[in-house]
Amino acid sequence: MKAIRTLTLAATTSLAAMLSAGAVSAVEIEYWQYIFDARITAMDKLIANFEAANPGITVKQSTFPYADYRTKVAAAIPAGEGPDVVQLFYGWLNDYVQADLIQPLPESTFPAARIEAEFFPMVQAMKIDGKYMALPTAVRSLALFYNTKLFAEAGVTAPPATLAEMVEIAQKITKKDGAGNITLEGITSGMTAQDHQWFREVLLRQFGAVPYTDDYRTVTYNTPEGVAALEFYTSLEQTLGVTSSTFMDEPQAAFKAGRAGMHIDGSFRIGALKDTRGLEWGVAELPAGPDGTQSNYASYWVNAITTKAQGEKYDAAVKFMDYITSDEAMQIWLDTVGELPAKPSAALTDANIADPVFGPFIKGLGYGHATIFADESGQRQVLVDAVSRIFLQGQSAADSLAQAAAAEQALLDSYYAK
Amino acid sequence: MKFYRNLSISQKQVVWAWGFLALPVLFYVVIRFYPTADAIVLSFQKWNMLGIRQWAGFDNYIKLYNDPVFWKVFRNTFVYLILGTPASLVISFAIAYHLDKVRFLHSTLRALYFLPFLTSTVAMAWVWRWFYQPVPIGLFNNFIASLGFQQIAFLNSTTNALPSILLPAIWAGLGFQIIIFMAGLRAIPTSFYEAARIDGVSNWTILREITLPLLKPTIVFLVVFSSISFLRIFDQVFNMTTNNPGGPLDSTKPLVLMIYQTAFSSFDMGYAAAQTVVLFSILLIVSLLQLYLMRDR
Repeated sequence: MKAIRTLTLAATTSLAAMLSAGAVSAVEIEYWQYIFDARITAMDKLIANFEAANPGITVKQSTFPYADYRTKVAAAIPAGEGPDVVQLFYGWLNDYVQADLIQPLPESTFPAARIEAEFFPMVQAMKIDGKYMALPTAVRSLALFYNTKLFAEAGVTAPPATLAEMVEIAQKITKKDGAGNITLEGITSGMTAQDHQWFREVLLRQFGAVPYTDDYRTVTYNTPEGVAALEFYTSLEQTLGVTSSTFMDEPQAAFKAGRAGMHIDGSFRIGALKDTRGLEWGVAELPAGPDGTQSNYASYWVNAITTKAQGEKYDAAVKFMDYITSDEAMQIWLDTVGELPAKPSAALTDANIADPVFGPFIKGLGYGHATIFADESGQRQVLVDAVSRIFLQGQSAADSLAQAAAAEQALLDSYYAK
Repeated sequence: MKFYRNLSISQKQVVWAWGFLALPVLFYVVIRFYPTADAIVLSFQKWNMLGIRQWAGFDNYIKLYNDPVFWKVFRNTFVYLILGTPASLVISFAIAYHLDKVRFLHSTLRALYFLPFLTSTVAMAWVWRWFYQPVPIGLFNNFIASLGFQQIAFLNSTTNALPSILLPAIWAGLGFQIIIFMAGLRAIPTSFYEAARIDGVSNWTILREITLPLLKPTIVFLVVFSSISFLRIFDQVFNMTTNNPGGPLDSTKPLVLMIYQTAFSSFDMGYAAAQTVVLFSILLIVSLLQLYLMRDR
């Protein structure tokens, strides 16, 4: 009897010792992102590197389908489950902060001054009340894809540097059948694709308008300059006839099929175009405006530390955040996913700038703006409808833009009304 | 156990019946009734799927009442119903009526009419979307253009888009309605027709006085069934207009699509729930009307 008791005691003691030792030496933190194969592979590489450099910390990656992602995150964190570090779209930041799902990054490891010095300026959208809430590993920007074969056939030697040149080239490339229907587009168009971003942050600024106030809560594009930008955009289809927004269903489909000379799209399109057989294409920076203004739209996914991470998990999460926002991590991300580094020091390396595909996108980051959306698809719809009213109902650009500005302002007001 | 032994046979039968019913009842309570009740509660709240739900009183309903898009969508939903239900019933009845008289290749023809009903709605919607494209890829417009006519903007038009989307929806539902109509026609005793023929009555009179009155239960069932399916139309519209869902300018947007967008792209769950409650009420009224019409049978 006594022997058994002694044995039990010994077993319990050693077990307890083992457990506490384990707790000290190994911390496991969880990382969540939505399912996108290249990103999962890239994150696996980053985790392997991080774990090698930080023995005692393990990172477990969990992924979910995009459609369930938001609900899963929202349900897990308040319950003390789920991720310690989470990936989210930059446009969702407000929602996550207000729902108390993420906590500010510590000033000691991520001083605001350092972030502002090191990252591209659009990352400042992640600052709320003076504190940075999240940071990206990679960013995305827009550029002009062009079909080199069609350019050669039309006798064009270089991609357009300005909007005027763009129009001129588009006119050379466009082909129509006997009835005047477009069979080959000079340039693709479609507010439903990336054109709403191009219009909002690029065309409006190039024609001298300012799309929003700095906090993106007030619409300011309803000015004569804004109308001029919208008139330019709609003239491509209506008067110049070098594009048709319904051509081949989707702008990217037309370009991919070799039926369009030029196409404005994001860096995330590179992957799909790379694998298209028979398509010869190049990338150029977005054309400059009439007065030489260059602008771009940039968007990104960020990583943040959740409110679930406390104590040693918090410390581990901070270390992990520090690694995945390092130059090394950004280069791995670029090589694996094709998304651009979020810091000039990692992005603007000679090799990256000279890259014929990534180069133009990376240059665009230097003058890119990240719209702070309240409801991205709702705000996109406003511009889609503005163009539809002009094309289908014959409304004037001025009336249509005024109506769009009012509709978008109502959307913003209802979102920020608390 | 003693309690059970003391029960009478009929009481024991009740216990067993409820024992077996417990599973479906539990299923319905958890999967159907609880979420329904929760959606009604949610319609009086404000929630973005993150954070806590906040009480909003009748705000969502007031917003709905003042939302011009909602009224447009409401109108669209009823246009789908008012055009779709009669059109699909008349066409399917005409086909069933004549198919019933055909002997040659009867089963093959019936199978061919039923085939679209078996096809996945999403696949079908995308194929029709391709048919409707402008030149150079659209099947219909390529044909029209080859004849030398101006091409038609099927989907990119505020007037043509809704009928263009409705057409495949009607076509896909025909097979089912034809089968039901044929079953109804077969169920009418042939003696009525023989008596009518002896009296020398015309085919038109037979149709009006015998066939249609005796088909009333079938017709009522199909009216209700197709009304509900047109009121809930979503797949066809969403898949044929994914670039600009329910567009252009909301001209094709049905209520279900508006609910979907409000909930899952604007994350305004309370507002979406209020729209759902409105849809629920409409469907409830249609179903009650069905019970009322079936009553005199």
